[in-house]
Amino acid sequence: MPSLNALPNTEAPGKPSAARPTLLSIRNVAKTFGRNAVLRNVSLEIAEGEFLTILGESGSGKTTLLRIIAGFETATSGELWMESARLDHQPPYRRRVNTVFQSYALFPHLTVEENVAYGLRVAKRPAAEIAQRVAEALDKVKMTAHARSKPSKISGGQQQRVALARALVNRPRLLLLDEPLSALDANLRRQMQVELKSLQREVGIAFVFVTHDQEEAMVMSDRIALLRSGELEQVATSREIYNRPATAYVAQFIGHTNLLKGEVRGGVAKSASLAWPTSLPDGSALFSLRPEHVRGAGSSPSNSAAVRVRGRVQHQAFHGATELIRVECADGLVLVVRTASPVSLHDEVELEFSAADAVPVRESPERN
Amino acid sequence: MFSRAYKTVVTVPPLVWVTAFLLAPYALMFCYSFWSVSPEQNIVHSWNLANYQELFQKAVYWQTLLRSMWIAVRVMLFSLLLGYPLAYFLSFYAGKRKDLLYQMVIIPLWVSYLVRAYAWKTILGSDGVLNTLLQYVHATRHPLDFLLYSPFAVVLTLTHIYTPFTILPIYAALEHIPRNLVEASHDLGATPAQTFWKVIFPLSIPGVVAGATFAFVLSLGDFLAPLLLGGPSGIMISNIVVSLFGAAYNWPLGAAISLGMLVIVVSLLFLSERLEKKWTFS
Repeated sequence: MPSLNALPNTEAPGKPSAARPTLLSIRNVAKTFGRNAVLRNVSLEIAEGEFLTILGESGSGKTTLLRIIAGFETATSGELWMESARLDHQPPYRRRVNTVFQSYALFPHLTVEENVAYGLRVAKRPAAEIAQRVAEALDKVKMTAHARSKPSKISGGQQQRVALARALVNRPRLLLLDEPLSALDANLRRQMQVELKSLQREVGIAFVFVTHDQEEAMVMSDRIALLRSGELEQVATSREIYNRPATAYVAQFIGHTNLLKGEVRGGVAKSASLAWPTSLPDGSALFSLRPEHVRGAGSSPSNSAAVRVRGRVQHQAFHGATELIRVECADGLVLVVRTASPVSLHDEVELEFSAADAVPVRESPERN
Repeated sequence: MFSRAYKTVVTVPPLVWVTAFLLAPYALMFCYSFWSVSPEQNIVHSWNLANYQELFQKAVYWQTLLRSMWIAVRVMLFSLLLGYPLAYFLSFYAGKRKDLLYQMVIIPLWVSYLVRAYAWKTILGSDGVLNTLLQYVHATRHPLDFLLYSPFAVVLTLTHIYTPFTILPIYAALEHIPRNLVEASHDLGATPAQTFWKVIFPLSIPGVVAGATFAFVLSLGDFLAPLLLGGPSGIMISNIVVSLFGAAYNWPLGAAISLGMLVIVVSLLFLSERLEKKWTFS
């Protein structure tokens, strides 16, 4: 199996793939609340029909960025362009951008149907067209049966669908979703992830999806923009960001990883008792090694480039198909290993990994 | 959860209070309204409907009642017209000055009703502040006499006094509106004016109804403002009740009028509660 890591990186960071034209361009956007810098110099391009996820911890500024795109907040500096027009000079009600709010924000005094019709009514569309489009939208999210209910009478998952229909019925250029699945329980959430993704493909509208859940981001997105303390840490496809994390922070935030701090001398990286060849120049370096890239020694045809190490299993966590084990090796080195073969606590194991799987990452500087 | 003794201690005093000072007087008044007064000024304890007949037959009573209601309606409308914009501004646009402005709405409530009514007397009188000013700037030659001792003065004073009572419930209702609904409305393409009429106003209706009820009911039963500023043309129904219980010494008729008002007020409260419920969603 060819290594995905080996695929050349054809995408410039922050830019969508060349095949699709750029829809929204965020240029050097910064936002400060008082003395508190929430966003600093964020530049990002969103392509037509793209599913882009803004991923970040709480307080990373992801919701603020979304609110700036929607027009609920004004950027302190920077510009937003939608195609060839300045977007940030327009009030929210003129932007062809719609939002699915975290708490759905359905109008409590209006029925499901009236909620969905709201955007078309204020735009003064003909009554027959409104009726038809609303019916279609409700049908698409399977809420036709509840058309005449008030929002308080339907479940959270149903409110979520109505919020989606209410936004999509206006045929926006761009749909913003602010953690729309966070209030749902795990099962419904996974189901909605799939539905949302297929709905997005079907309608072909660009989605900007905000979440703090890295798994959700990887499942749904074409590209992920990882935000940390108001700055973009990395923008790339799910695969790229997982396999080639740019920084230590990205490697740790997305999935599990082993961060190996090492010294490079003459093409050889050394970390604790380990040593492997690298193309990095001399100096200190940081490597990310995914748990699934560490195997039991001898489990695959012998590989001369493999790095071997012995250790003792100190902790195990069962994950169904695989298990995550913590192995303590010599010189205080601890490796987290994903394994499918059963091991017992305190077993002595011999491990190996390919030098190519130790991905060099930049150190993430402290920010606040 | 609570001991029997504790429950008794907590519930008995208010029950005694309500019975002694509310239910008993009402019951007594109810009885009085069916009694009559002899020519020798004694209360005759014989049951009849004469007082209620008189109430409907003598023009002075029902006309005064209608005038009182008309005054109350005007006070209600003006209070809403003044109170709503202020409450709206306070809730949506006052920003850091919110608390200060809120206090400025509250403070007049601490000032004695009488002081405020007398203040209007000083302002509106023929030698009052307003007339003096108008003549000084040669806007008028003679004092305007409709300013004081008129329904106008009563409406003006009551509006001044009861507007805070409309502002507070409207403000509370507006504060209750989740701001993301306003954002959602803008997001869906509604202009600020459309957002106001389609989202903000409908969701503030419970506050408007509560405020309107306060202004109407409190004005309808008022007797000090008409007494001090109303003059003969600004007499309200409560003034008649006062005089029937006092100088005229006709308690039975006074009781009948009071009960009539009570029926009106209670039906209104009932209606307004229904309306508030109808427009409350959550």
